[in-house]
Amino acid sequence: MNFLLSITPWPVLSALLWIVLVVTALYFARPTAHRLILATGHALHRVFRIASLSVGKAESHLATRNREVLLAAGREAKERIVEREFDRINETVRKDLANYASLHRNLSESISRIEQDHQDAVDVPPDPPGWVKAVEAVANIESKDGRVGIGNVLSDIHKSLVKAHKEAMIAYREASATRHALLKKMRPEWRQIEQALAKVGKSVDSLLGRAVAIDRHMQEYEDIVKGEDRAVSILSSSSLVYFFVSALVLVVAIGGATINFSLIARPMAEMVGGTGLIGGFRTADIAALVIIMVEISMGLFLMESLRITRLFPVIGALPDKTRVRMIWITFTILFLLASVEAGLAYMREVLLHDELATSALLRGDAGATATNEYMWITTVAQMGMGFILPFALTFVAIPLETFVHSLRTVIGLIAIGALRALSLLLRLIGNGCRYFGVLVTQIYDLPLFIPLWWSARDGTASGSGSTKLREA
Amino acid sequence: MNRIALLIIASLLVSCGGGSGPRNTGVYMLIDTSGTYREEIDKAEQIIRYALTRLDATDSFAVARIDTGSFSEKDIVAKITFDDRPSTMNRQKRLFAEQVREFVNDSSSSPYTDITGGLLQAVEFLNEKKPAAKTVLIFSDLKEELEDGYIRDIEFDLDGFEVVALNVTKLRSDNVDPREYLARLEQWQTRVEKSGGHWRVINDLDGLEGLL
Repeated sequence: MNFLLSITPWPVLSALLWIVLVVTALYFARPTAHRLILATGHALHRVFRIASLSVGKAESHLATRNREVLLAAGREAKERIVEREFDRINETVRKDLANYASLHRNLSESISRIEQDHQDAVDVPPDPPGWVKAVEAVANIESKDGRVGIGNVLSDIHKSLVKAHKEAMIAYREASATRHALLKKMRPEWRQIEQALAKVGKSVDSLLGRAVAIDRHMQEYEDIVKGEDRAVSILSSSSLVYFFVSALVLVVAIGGATINFSLIARPMAEMVGGTGLIGGFRTADIAALVIIMVEISMGLFLMESLRITRLFPVIGALPDKTRVRMIWITFTILFLLASVEAGLAYMREVLLHDELATSALLRGDAGATATNEYMWITTVAQMGMGFILPFALTFVAIPLETFVHSLRTVIGLIAIGALRALSLLLRLIGNGCRYFGVLVTQIYDLPLFIPLWWSARDGTASGSGSTKLREA
Repeated sequence: MNRIALLIIASLLVSCGGGSGPRNTGVYMLIDTSGTYREEIDKAEQIIRYALTRLDATDSFAVARIDTGSFSEKDIVAKITFDDRPSTMNRQKRLFAEQVREFVNDSSSSPYTDITGGLLQAVEFLNEKKPAAKTVLIFSDLKEELEDGYIRDIEFDLDGFEVVALNVTKLRSDNVDPREYLARLEQWQTRVEKSGGHWRVINDLDGLEGLL
């Protein structure tokens, strides 16, 4: 610095000299410097723009792929739902309508019996009274023949009439009783028919309900197959909901697994030793973790074999006989492991008591070794937890499957968002470079304001001179 | 390809074996039974019980008396290396505490105090056990009194050892001239530190938390 200011005996003069020199140099280099700065700005702008376009293209590719994945997943899910609906219909038809032939026969038999009973219950007109003929005979007696003895005849008729009336009444009552008995017999038949018809009606209603549901699912399936935006939007939001819900359930499951771990880690030391280390971790802890992992794996296989989840297509595609065998094998292993865990939980309690008793003895606190009479409750609770938790962890397979499937979509959406943001950022930087170039040229001109003003003044003068010349 | 596989397997083995070095502790406790210090032996039992609560699986623990000639296995009252199964370890601890109880009840006073010999025995025992941390507890007033003919002017190698003097009581003569007491402590500290060991004194037996 001192050297710069010492080119003349007066530093101020030296500084002024330097300023004049630099300004002159900058002024003469101005067009080239401007071109360089602007070209650099433009070049950077183009580079960032191309990068932004490229990222945008990648984003669009990813969006297309994500859409395809989403549609494929949605299609598969819908196929599963429709398939299950058909399974249910099949089950309903098999269960309720498969015996339709026997039902029909029962109904026909019931109706025949009712018809027969109805026929039998028809009101039979009473026989004409026997004295009618006698009356006719009396009426046909000629007057000449006299009507002697008519009084006796009429008396006989009266007697016959009373007798006949009594007999008719008895017969009528008997017939009525028979009819009523027949009608009474018809009642259960009617009830049976009514019940059979109600059952059929219920089955048909269920089938109709299922048909409506299938129609709705088929409509959605068609939308998915057509790749409509509405379907994609619905699938996307569903996927996000599934992701968060399944993540929440998995967190709960991890909590359960942690409790399970703490139940068996301590007694594991009794089996594999308490001090051995593998990769910096206690062997007992690793053994406990392995047991829990094996339980979860068995749970996954069990769920797969039951066709509740479809994480491993190989298991789902196994022949039914093999699949059922696999169900039993995995369930047996799970049951054995749960029993082992219950045993370990018991062992944990025993060890804990032993340790407490030893500590109390070493502290000289004999009173602390006395056992509480209700301690068996915690022991039983621990054993119960040790037995139940492995089975509860089996159901982790369901949220895990949902989580895995929805994770693809969620990762895709996050990547799309990130790429979109990156593209925007690159575009902003590109434009910033361009305007920064312009700004730098303006800053470049700032110290050159005197020569520029002079040059502008000169240009104006020459411009006005040339105007005058043109006018002349 | 084979080389890469070998490299991966080797690195896995190294990572597995990396943390599997010994992490156990070896503790050797010397109990002075000479003269009037024999009366303090109940406090020693307390310390042993405390140490037992602090020690874990695969740790080694030995208790030895300091008498006329302490450089001998015969002076070891009880010794144990704890099993790595918790139930067995608890049983061992109870048994050890019982042995110490018997020693406390039956021990007699010795006329001389061979601390150096006991320390040499402790070093030998702990070096043989090869624990990760080695601690020697000296429950004594640190006043060494050797019988004629015993040579104890020997260099120790206490590198990696922590020597803790416990309950270093003041003698009657210390009360008359406290410099004796301070000089005794300083002499032992110098001796231990010169041999590469770390020296500590704990006289307040209610504050044993940092002992092990």
